[in-house]
Amino acid sequence: MTVLHTRNLTKKFGKFTALNGVDLEVNSGEVVGFIGPNGAGKSTAIRILLGIIKPTSGEAQIFGRNVWKDAVDIHAKVAYVPGDVNLWPNLTGGEVIDLFMKLRGGLNKSRRDALIQRFNLDPSKKCRTYSKGNRQKIALIAAFASDADLYILDEPTSGLDPLMEKVFQECVLEAKAAGKSILLSSHILSEVEKLCDRIAIIRQGVIIESGTLEELRHLTRTQLLVKTQHTITDLQEMIGVYDIETNEHGALSFQIDSEALDSVIKHVSQFGLIKLESSPPTLEDLFMKHYEVNKDASKTGAGGVS
Amino acid sequence: MWNEEFHKTGSMIRFLLKRDRLRLPVWILSLVFLTMITAYSFTDLYSSQGERQALAETMQNPAMTAMVGPGFGLENYTIGAMMAHQMLLFSAILVAIMNILIIVRHTRTDEEEGRIELIRSLPVGRASSLAAAMLVLLAANVLLALITGIGLYSLGTESMDLNGSLLYGAALGSAGLFFSAVTALFAQLSQHSRGTVGYSMAILGFSYILRAIGDVSNETLSWFSPLGWATGTKAFVDNDWWPVVLACAMSIFIAAGALYLNRLRDVGSGFLPSKPGKKHASNGLLSPLGLSLRLQRTSIISWAIGMYLLGVSYGSVLGDLEAFFASSDMMNEMLPAVEGLSLTEQFLTMIMAVISMICTVPALLFMLKVKGEEKQGRTEHLLARSVSRWKLLGSYALPSFFFSFVMVLLAVTGLWSAAYSTMEDPVSFYSLFKGAMVYLPAIWVMIGTAIFLIGFFPALTSLSLFYLAYSFFIVYLGGMMQFPEWLSNLSPFGYVPQIPMEEFDLTAVLLLLLTAVTLSTAGFAGYRNRDSTG
Repeated sequence: MTVLHTRNLTKKFGKFTALNGVDLEVNSGEVVGFIGPNGAGKSTAIRILLGIIKPTSGEAQIFGRNVWKDAVDIHAKVAYVPGDVNLWPNLTGGEVIDLFMKLRGGLNKSRRDALIQRFNLDPSKKCRTYSKGNRQKIALIAAFASDADLYILDEPTSGLDPLMEKVFQECVLEAKAAGKSILLSSHILSEVEKLCDRIAIIRQGVIIESGTLEELRHLTRTQLLVKTQHTITDLQEMIGVYDIETNEHGALSFQIDSEALDSVIKHVSQFGLIKLESSPPTLEDLFMKHYEVNKDASKTGAGGVS
Repeated sequence: MWNEEFHKTGSMIRFLLKRDRLRLPVWILSLVFLTMITAYSFTDLYSSQGERQALAETMQNPAMTAMVGPGFGLENYTIGAMMAHQMLLFSAILVAIMNILIIVRHTRTDEEEGRIELIRSLPVGRASSLAAAMLVLLAANVLLALITGIGLYSLGTESMDLNGSLLYGAALGSAGLFFSAVTALFAQLSQHSRGTVGYSMAILGFSYILRAIGDVSNETLSWFSPLGWATGTKAFVDNDWWPVVLACAMSIFIAAGALYLNRLRDVGSGFLPSKPGKKHASNGLLSPLGLSLRLQRTSIISWAIGMYLLGVSYGSVLGDLEAFFASSDMMNEMLPAVEGLSLTEQFLTMIMAVISMICTVPALLFMLKVKGEEKQGRTEHLLARSVSRWKLLGSYALPSFFFSFVMVLLAVTGLWSAAYSTMEDPVSFYSLFKGAMVYLPAIWVMIGTAIFLIGFFPALTSLSLFYLAYSFFIVYLGGMMQFPEWLSNLSPFGYVPQIPMEEFDLTAVLLLLLTAVTLSTAGFAGYRNRDSTG
């Protein structure tokens, strides 16, 4: 069941096109990673989804309802954590958490107190004394203590320390286990890799790639490191093999397309394998690939190659 | 030990002067300028002894004494006596505020931001930054005292001799010095800069109230107030120097205490326990309206007290106004004679306009707060939850409309209560109430303008304050400057019937109400449909 979907979502600020025909989908019980460089349009898309700004064209629905017109009703079941949490300097953290929970509706005190403990927050301090990480904790506690069906998290861990990031990841997985849906925009790709079922990569207001991590990996080359008894011949003639290099230990390292894996391994094993290391592309490789392409494209002016 | 504590204090002083190379001169010069311009305009406005004596008459009531201090030399009200009576106390408060703010800036604020730690890691004495701050302020206060003293003397007014002028300056400077020491002490006691400012300002406020009570009822009480020392110099009348000596001695004593405490404590710590805040929100906070009221609570209370005092200050001079008006050319220009009405009543209609416009300021500020919240990226917390745009805007509009009424009511109450105690034949509360409340529709038009701008032109919301400033200028000075009619018709305040000078005009009032409603409704619709920036 689709919880959130956008079709051809476009947003223009004057002449600048922040989003250009974005299609995004989050299904029930799914964690979707939303990644892209700064200024790619992640936050703009999220702000449209929250009914804070109005799309120029296209449609966006949450729970099958229009995100602009039915914002108030939708929000009763949506929890949002912004990346930059600005709070009221003269209210305490505890007061803000209570306010946030109450404004959504309902105040589950036991869940709140448990989360305050897990995130190790002192709620009696005034917000002006909190660091960025602590302000983020406040938004996270208010979000995870609420009874939402959809969590929209916009770079929620940028200020958290590694311990707290782990708590955050546990919270996400618990929410997922409880059948909730999550849209997670993040810069920390290892986190996305660990948590997300599906990933959408946005660049310059356009979704350039989306699918499961497996599907995305399929599009990218695998790195192989091979050492054999006899020198490998004819490797550079094979289809789908790139960037062959010999390192100081006499081993060969090269990249191959996923489709070429079978034939390359068969070919290489003829030479008496001593060592074979294969590393699948990380999300970072995927991300960088698109990013690099973008850079080349802008240099040559050739336009999107992806 | 001397080296441990004060090494490199000289360098710290130079560093501090460099940081405040603009701030200090601007403060000092503005304070001197304020004194000089007042002295000059007194000389100009009250050139004859008769005028001054008439003014002295209006000053002889408890409300006035409580507000500006005891009048010395009222029987021979010279320009010098006027300055010491009407200006000295308020100037001393301003000098005290200057000292409080600058000392905090260089002590607890620096410490809170971690800058003191940085400095202490260098080969610098432990008390150097505190000592440097106090020494710079000592120099600033001495300078202020001298410039003020010499400046007043240089005006060449007969009643302001050199001794009196220097004493006047010294009274200001010593009051400043006292509060710089008090603030330095609280910078050691409190752990936060806000706490330091709060405690110091509280001492200032307490000094003012203690002196007010003392001046009205028991003179001895005033001698426990540092502000009472300033007025106690009786500058230009009896020229008593010993309150200045007392203030300086107390300052040295307190400053030594601050240095001692600074020696005892760790960087970043204080002696007063910093009170932990509430762990959970009270029920009153848990709604958009509750939040809006909570955020503006301090501001609402301060304005409410301010508006009441504004009323009192106008009311306290009503008593002997007729006599004063008769002798003031300027007032006669501003208030042309009208058949069948006393000058006091005419004066009342004019102050009603002024009061209502001043009461508009807090109402507009409450309304514009919602824009400030958006700019700070804090409205998205509400909009991303189950809060509609209308509810959000309404949580600021409703208090704004309501408090405009409360502010006017408080000002009228203040006016009436002071008038009641000073006038022989007091004006009735009802007639004052009517005269003021008739301005409410105009105030609401101003709020409506702000809502309209928030809905459609969020970048231009401060225009509503300019519009109010324009209205003030046109209506307040309109009579004197003989502006053409259409200029005042550009302001909603220009349409308000001036009761009791004019008849109540239902059409004008209804039209103003209609305008306010239209502007507000349009603003709400605009706000519902526009992008929110944060």
